[in-house]
Formats: sequence, C-alpha cells, structure tokens
Amino acid sequence: MLAFTVVGSFWLEIFLKVGVLRRFKRVLMSVLPVAAVFVIWDSYAIAQGHWYFDEKQILGFFGPFGIPIEEFGFFLIVPIAAIMTIEAVRRVKKHWQVGDEA
Amino acid sequence: MSYTQIAICAVIAALIFDHFITKRKLTTRKVFWTSYAIIIFFQLITNWWLTSRNIVMYSDQAIIGLRIASAPVEDLLFGFAMVLSVLNLWVYWGKKGVQRK
Repeated sequence: MLAFTVVGSFWLEIFLKVGVLRRFKRVLMSVLPVAAVFVIWDSYAIAQGHWYFDEKQILGFFGPFGIPIEEFGFFLIVPIAAIMTIEAVRRVKKHWQVGDEA
Repeated sequence: MSYTQIAICAVIAALIFDHFITKRKLTTRKVFWTSYAIIIFFQLITNWWLTSRNIVMYSDQAIIGLRIASAPVEDLLFGFAMVLSVLNLWVYWGKKGVQRK
C-alpha cells in the first residue's frame, strides 16, 4: 500500500517538477506536527482495540506505543503524497490561488 | 471515545485549524477540493486493499458500521482531517516564506 502510494504520487516530482522533496525542510515542518498528533490517536485506538492488524500481514516490527512500523511510514508517506498532489494541481491550474503566495 | 467520535472531533479540529488558526481557509479554495478529490480516489483504493484483505480490522463497538469500499466511513473522516491539516501547514509555512519555491 505504501509502495503504491509512492509510485502513484512521486512521479509528479519528475514529470510535473513539483519540487516537493527538494523543499524537505518545509515538508518536515508540515508533516511531523500532524504525524505526532495522529500517532497519539493511533496508539490510543490500538490500546482501546478500535483497530488491529493481522500479524501475518505486517512486518512485525513495532515502534513506540506498540505501533507497527508501517503506521509510521503511513504518517510520513501519505502526507507527502498529498502535498505533491496539491502542488501538481497548482502546476496545472496556475491561476488558482493557494494561499501561500507572496 | 469511539473511533466515530474521535473522527468527528478530528474533522472539527481540522476545520477550526484551517479557518481560525492558520487562517489559510483551504476549504474555500478550488485547489484544495480538486486535490482532495484526487486524494480520496486513491484513498478508497488503498482502504479497500487494506480492509478487504483483513490487513487492518476494526472493532464493531468502535464504528457505526457504514462501510465504503470495504472500509469504515470513519476512515474518510480520519483522512480528511489529516490531509487538511498537513496541507494547511504546508501552505502556512509557504506564506511565512519557508521554501516557497
């Protein structure tokens, strides 16, 4: 699923030259605070049994709070894909205001 | 709190963040909704993959039971809150002059 997301979005880097990965500082400043909040949610949901994972279909490595390593990948990869998407849309629709214009 | 309750709170929090905290008001912009339409299309595919194969499973007590593409409808609220918040920060830092180009 993570590989699918990478393949499905990162081509925008090359073909639409969205230049998201080049701006990794801005990426980290946008992704990490949100990821921190969602990791807390994830740990609560796992502790409460809201959702659970098939042990045979995950790598089996766990980070803090008993969260599978794939979840940390999710909270990094999916937001980066979202940023690439909005940057690609603005690349195509140049007259649409995004809100970060000088 | 159930997944349903937390997910609704997360959406409300993300909307407040968008409108009153970063004040980027992405939810009033075409660029956001166009991007979100693309994102939700792919989310439905990955949701279906992860849930139809039982890679991720949900407690019946935590969700209302409505499923879209095999995944609980709550997942869409979760995704919306996460995507809106991240894009808000991205645009917020850009406005502040952090790696605008």
